[in-house]
Amino acid sequence: MLGKNRLIFPGEKVLLAWSGGPSSSSMVWQVLEGLSRDSAKRLRFVPGVIYVDEGAACGRSPEDRARTLVEVEQVLQRVGFPSHVIALEEVFGLPPSVLRCFAQEPESVGTEGAYKAAVDSFLQQQCVLGAAGEEPWSQPRPQGPQSLAGPPTAVQTEALSRLFDSVKTLTAKEELLQTLRTHLILHVARTHGYSKVMAGDSCTRLAVKLMTSLALGRGAFLAWDTGFSDERHGDVVVVRPMREHTLKEVAFYNRLFAVPSVFTPAVDTKAPEKASIHRLMEAFLLRLQAQFPSTVSTVYRTSEKLVKAPRDGCAASPPGPRCLLCLCTLDVDSADSATAFGAQTSSHLCQMQAPGPQAEAGTPTTLCCCPGLGGAQGCCSSPPWTPCRLTSWPRPSSAARGPGASRRSKRICWGTAMMRRCPVGAEVRALGPHPTRNRQARTGRQGQAGCLWLSTCINKNVLIRKLYSTHGAGRAGPLAVCGAGQRRAPQGRLAGAAVLRQAGGAAASLPTAQ
Amino acid sequence: MVSIFSLPRIRRSLPFPPRPDPEMPAPQCASCNKARAALRRPRSGQALCGTCFCAAFEAEVLHTVVAGRLLPPGAVVAVGASGGKDSTVLAHVLRELAPRLGISLRLVAVDEGIGGYRDAALAAVRRQAARWELPLTVVAYADLFGGWTMDAVARSTAGSGRSRSCCTFCGVLRRRALEEGARLVGATHVVTGHNADDMAETVLMNFLRGDAGRLARGGGLGSPGEGGALPRCRPLQLASQKEVVLYAHFRRLDYFSEECVYAPEAFRGHARDLLKRLEAARPSAVLDLVHSAERLALAPAARPPPPGACARCGALASRALCQACALLDGLNRGRPRLAIGKGRRGLDEDGPPREAEPEPSGPPASEPVPAF
Repeated sequence: MLGKNRLIFPGEKVLLAWSGGPSSSSMVWQVLEGLSRDSAKRLRFVPGVIYVDEGAACGRSPEDRARTLVEVEQVLQRVGFPSHVIALEEVFGLPPSVLRCFAQEPESVGTEGAYKAAVDSFLQQQCVLGAAGEEPWSQPRPQGPQSLAGPPTAVQTEALSRLFDSVKTLTAKEELLQTLRTHLILHVARTHGYSKVMAGDSCTRLAVKLMTSLALGRGAFLAWDTGFSDERHGDVVVVRPMREHTLKEVAFYNRLFAVPSVFTPAVDTKAPEKASIHRLMEAFLLRLQAQFPSTVSTVYRTSEKLVKAPRDGCAASPPGPRCLLCLCTLDVDSADSATAFGAQTSSHLCQMQAPGPQAEAGTPTTLCCCPGLGGAQGCCSSPPWTPCRLTSWPRPSSAARGPGASRRSKRICWGTAMMRRCPVGAEVRALGPHPTRNRQARTGRQGQAGCLWLSTCINKNVLIRKLYSTHGAGRAGPLAVCGAGQRRAPQGRLAGAAVLRQAGGAAASLPTAQ
Repeated sequence: MVSIFSLPRIRRSLPFPPRPDPEMPAPQCASCNKARAALRRPRSGQALCGTCFCAAFEAEVLHTVVAGRLLPPGAVVAVGASGGKDSTVLAHVLRELAPRLGISLRLVAVDEGIGGYRDAALAAVRRQAARWELPLTVVAYADLFGGWTMDAVARSTAGSGRSRSCCTFCGVLRRRALEEGARLVGATHVVTGHNADDMAETVLMNFLRGDAGRLARGGGLGSPGEGGALPRCRPLQLASQKEVVLYAHFRRLDYFSEECVYAPEAFRGHARDLLKRLEAARPSAVLDLVHSAERLALAPAARPPPPGACARCGALASRALCQACALLDGLNRGRPRLAIGKGRRGLDEDGPPREAEPEPSGPPASEPVPAF
């Protein structure tokens, strides 16, 4: 898989995102095998491993988390790569640069020739180094796993658990978790000079993720969310080398080769099927798979056919503004599209009575009354047909915010906006801090930690409010952070098929040795 | 083991609806603030009375048509009428809007020859046509397709050991029949009553079956006429099914509401089941799916080839023979699965072998579902 895609250049530093689960453990193991000297197709990059401790989000006690950390460190010692064990609480200390997209350097997107040249030069270097060259990652090994800071303080833990408690729906919680985790991993990758991150999504997980993204309104970004490489962050590219292996294959591999993994409960462990969109989709796909055994692979193949260009091929136009959270080009483009109209279900009748404040910024009103339509003059007449006002559809994200907020809503993609907007049903406002909690938090010092990160990195044009705003949130500003943002679950991906094959060859000898 | 008799007696709720609590009266209608609200709109939760809801619904359909420039003034519009709720609502709304849009309507009903289902539906269509005074044309499969009715097709495909794929035939042939009927009445546009739920189910189904060609084609509000086919559109595309039913209820429309006899065999049932669960978890899921479907970007290789003309009947076709001719060919030769399955796809998907894609028999008694 890696060889086919030629994205990872020799000598490059690659961060393996390991969650402790089976597919990411399998990925780390395969990288280990692939980097060893006697493997047939040797991998040539410099790995590091990152593990994000999400115990606070799941509500685990500090003793449980400490126990898990001990197991994690044991496994990391065995693996031997330079490792980083980070607690999720460190999102509060992230700089604003995490949300910006850096421009890509052209040479990092390698062409055929560039890749081959890089490999050749690397091989020459290795020959020159000769037998004295050890694996470049072995030096830091005595230090053990490094962390960015010390163990998280109780203040931060409580802030984080309050953040997650204020999210009322499991879907939003999962999205928030993914967003925060991705930002954290990106930050670590940037500070330590890693240019690639390997995430361990298996084929099954990606199929579920694809369908979930569809259902959450992220159809425009499927190629980024589920493709092999995801370069929307500019300088750091996320690759998914395990995307061709189903969970079953991964399980067999782990069993046969005794791959160590650490089980940690997640936010959706033991959640009922209806609790979130992810769970629904997962249950549905696995049930359908039992009846039509090719379902998962069919969905995967469809995802291979997706491209990253906008639909109508207007690739020549400069890329538009990006969503603040998921850094994809905004897909809420014009009020002309079919669903931009359809999203406005709640406000137009009120507008009929109070037309003034609804003619807000960002709402083209030319649709109905444009003279080119000819026979549409009749429609501008009396009630109940007052489509003139009806055409002043505000953007979807501003529908729930009311007048005056549409300016701020320009920085959020549809999925994120929908996540916080959904007014009825099992999922209510995504991250609305409860009004009473808001008041308490205003005086509490815990709120400071939460709002510090968000306030520094989000300017006032943005819809996202500080979590526990000490500056007066005004209306209960639901935090749009929990949007359908980062759908990638960078849980540590195993190296690709190439590694599997050659590791299979190398590992065939393992059982006999054991 | 706890026996039920040891549990405390639970007071069963009375069969009557709960009396309105004086402390919490039913909300006023949010728009006219005069009448008592009769429903909450499924998507936004806004409380509306019956009249305001119907007005809102009609306004939204008008906006869809006008904003998308779907039906220019002076168009002769053939409404695909099946007697079900979607086509009934569509015909009713378009009839209301016709003076404003400057269009004229014709009803076209398709008789697939499904005994026990379609004849009852056609009776409903005839009643509607009489009540609304719209000209009605009925086209039958038996006349158009050489004596093949759906029942005959089902019998012919029944013995193949796999599931009957009569839904595939029905969908393709019905589309042809609708087109023929529209030409018969001299129409310039064809409208069908697909609602948002149908579109969401379609996109889910296409993903689950790996139908990249249809994914690339679908998603818009309709298709402009290409290669001589009449332009088609779906004005109800952004109305969810619940709203369509509520509209029909408030306007007291008379429609036929049973399910096709072959419906349980369709793959669309799985997609519909999933959609219902998604909607229960999150009501905006339907609209989100339609939004996603609009914006899917597929690789050029996966897109369907530019349309040409069928060698036999001259209709729009991606390959040498249009799908209807290919299917009929298979039926006539006694090999009904000839045009279904992996082998027939030349340029398109090369995915894993899959069963025939059952074109749906549609949501209960409603319009042909798109296979655009």
